[in-house]
Amino acid sequence: MTAATDYTLAELCIVAASQSFADEGEALGTGIGVIPRLAASLAMKTTNPDLMMTDSEAWMLSEPNPVGKRSADFVPATESWMGFSRIFDNVWSGKRHAMLGPTQIDKFGQSNTSALGGTYDKPKVMMLGARGFPGNSISHPNSFFVPDHNTRVFMDGECDFVSSIGYNPARLPRGHSLDDIDIRLVITNLCVMDFGGPDHQVRLVSLHPGVTVQQVQENTGYPVSMSDTVPTTEAPTTAQLDIIAALDPHNQRAHQIKDNPPGNRA
Amino acid sequence: MNKQMTAAQAVAQLRDGMTIGIGGWGPRRKPMALVREILRSDLKELTVVAYGGADVGMLCAAGKVKKVVFAFVSLDFIPLEPYFRKARQSGSIEVMEIDEGMMLLGLRAASWGIPFIPTEVGLGTDIITQNPDIKVIDSPYDDKEWVAMPALKLDASLIHADKADVRGVCQIAGPDHYMDDWFARAAAKTYVSCDELVETDYFHDPAQARMVHWERSMTTGVIPIAGGAHPTSCSPLYGFDVPHFKAYSASAKDDEGIQGYLNKFLGASEDEYQRNVGGLDAIRAIELPSY
Repeated sequence: MTAATDYTLAELCIVAASQSFADEGEALGTGIGVIPRLAASLAMKTTNPDLMMTDSEAWMLSEPNPVGKRSADFVPATESWMGFSRIFDNVWSGKRHAMLGPTQIDKFGQSNTSALGGTYDKPKVMMLGARGFPGNSISHPNSFFVPDHNTRVFMDGECDFVSSIGYNPARLPRGHSLDDIDIRLVITNLCVMDFGGPDHQVRLVSLHPGVTVQQVQENTGYPVSMSDTVPTTEAPTTAQLDIIAALDPHNQRAHQIKDNPPGNRA
Repeated sequence: MNKQMTAAQAVAQLRDGMTIGIGGWGPRRKPMALVREILRSDLKELTVVAYGGADVGMLCAAGKVKKVVFAFVSLDFIPLEPYFRKARQSGSIEVMEIDEGMMLLGLRAASWGIPFIPTEVGLGTDIITQNPDIKVIDSPYDDKEWVAMPALKLDASLIHADKADVRGVCQIAGPDHYMDDWFARAAAKTYVSCDELVETDYFHDPAQARMVHWERSMTTGVIPIAGGAHPTSCSPLYGFDVPHFKAYSASAKDDEGIQGYLNKFLGASEDEYQRNVGGLDAIRAIELPSY
């Protein structure tokens, strides 16, 4: 395993994000967006061959599809039908781990995909809607990917609309414990975080090469729990980069983080 | 029983204030020809239940909608539906915002004739706080609280299928029938447009019959309209029309707004609409998307 010296931040994020699927065993890995999808695909090709995956349309695959347009003679490795209604049977079974990119994530790990500002009846900015976030968040483990770590995403206060349940004691449903909620990793363009601090406080897990703890704190609207020594996010290996390149032949990953910076910004 | 009818005959059976379910998903296999017929009608004050795309956006922009029951409204490759967004941001519509899976449960409850289905989906989120009509209840079997997702009873559903016979046997040969079977079951009346009308013996082949997802007793009307899902996709026949959706989306930024779009494309009939968008051959030539 040779650590690469020349890699992009997107590739670093893909490898870091793939860690969240490594110990999932035989569960559906859902990555929405290019980097989360490549992360789940990389995990299936390396650390967790038992991971399950769909073609993002209606079929389960025994091998992940490359991202983007594929040649006319490409044959996907389908193994079963998996239309949208059946996805919910899977979601509610808990055998899934999804990685998505909400617009806001607050200090409780609650997220917002629905609306910003104004009032609920007349929001300033209407977004997608709650989508499947309420169900995902209470049914199975989830991770987040944030391509631009700033205080608009990680904002002070509570989300304008809470699409997904988090570690907020005030909203905890009766008969549930905060430990029932399972938010795994938060991968951003600056670092990797989780909610493993005291009382489920957000915690810095690793810093991407060349990023400081001050940068992370300044760009997060609430206190981030940090130990005295924070490790550096591990560089991709050349083998991982080869797999990523094969999974993303059109290099869509180059367009996911602004200006496609190098992975090591030291 | 012969259930064949025209789009105008189907829409004539709808009434102001009805709750209408619309099948499909985002930009995929929407009964757009039936939606366009509503746009040409005087119908108003509708409550629309949908995994929404331009169907919801157009009906909102044209002033047909009182309330939208939704989990998302999106064109997928254009994430935010421009006219739904305008309607929300101007406060001109009521909403019931729920989770995608809650919508499925609501349709199932309506289909099965039960008032609600218990679920933990929605707990701890603003789905519950913003929907006072969705109750959280005690369980007779445990000490937890549960969301009682109410039945989403529909006065009518509109669906687009690939093929159907005149008796209402409908086939969806694309890879996903989405929740269309539940929309058909949850509604008092279900009107299905189809790309192709076939003879009943077409379904004598079990491989074809396997792609029929509800019984014909759930189908009220069959409306043959080749290309009727345009600009949404009807896989495997045609993909969604990316340039058309871009033009639709851009129209929301013009002074004329939806009226400019409708003046350019809608026409007085589906034939006229299809001429305005380049004809059926052009629709059938649209490449399927790669996911």
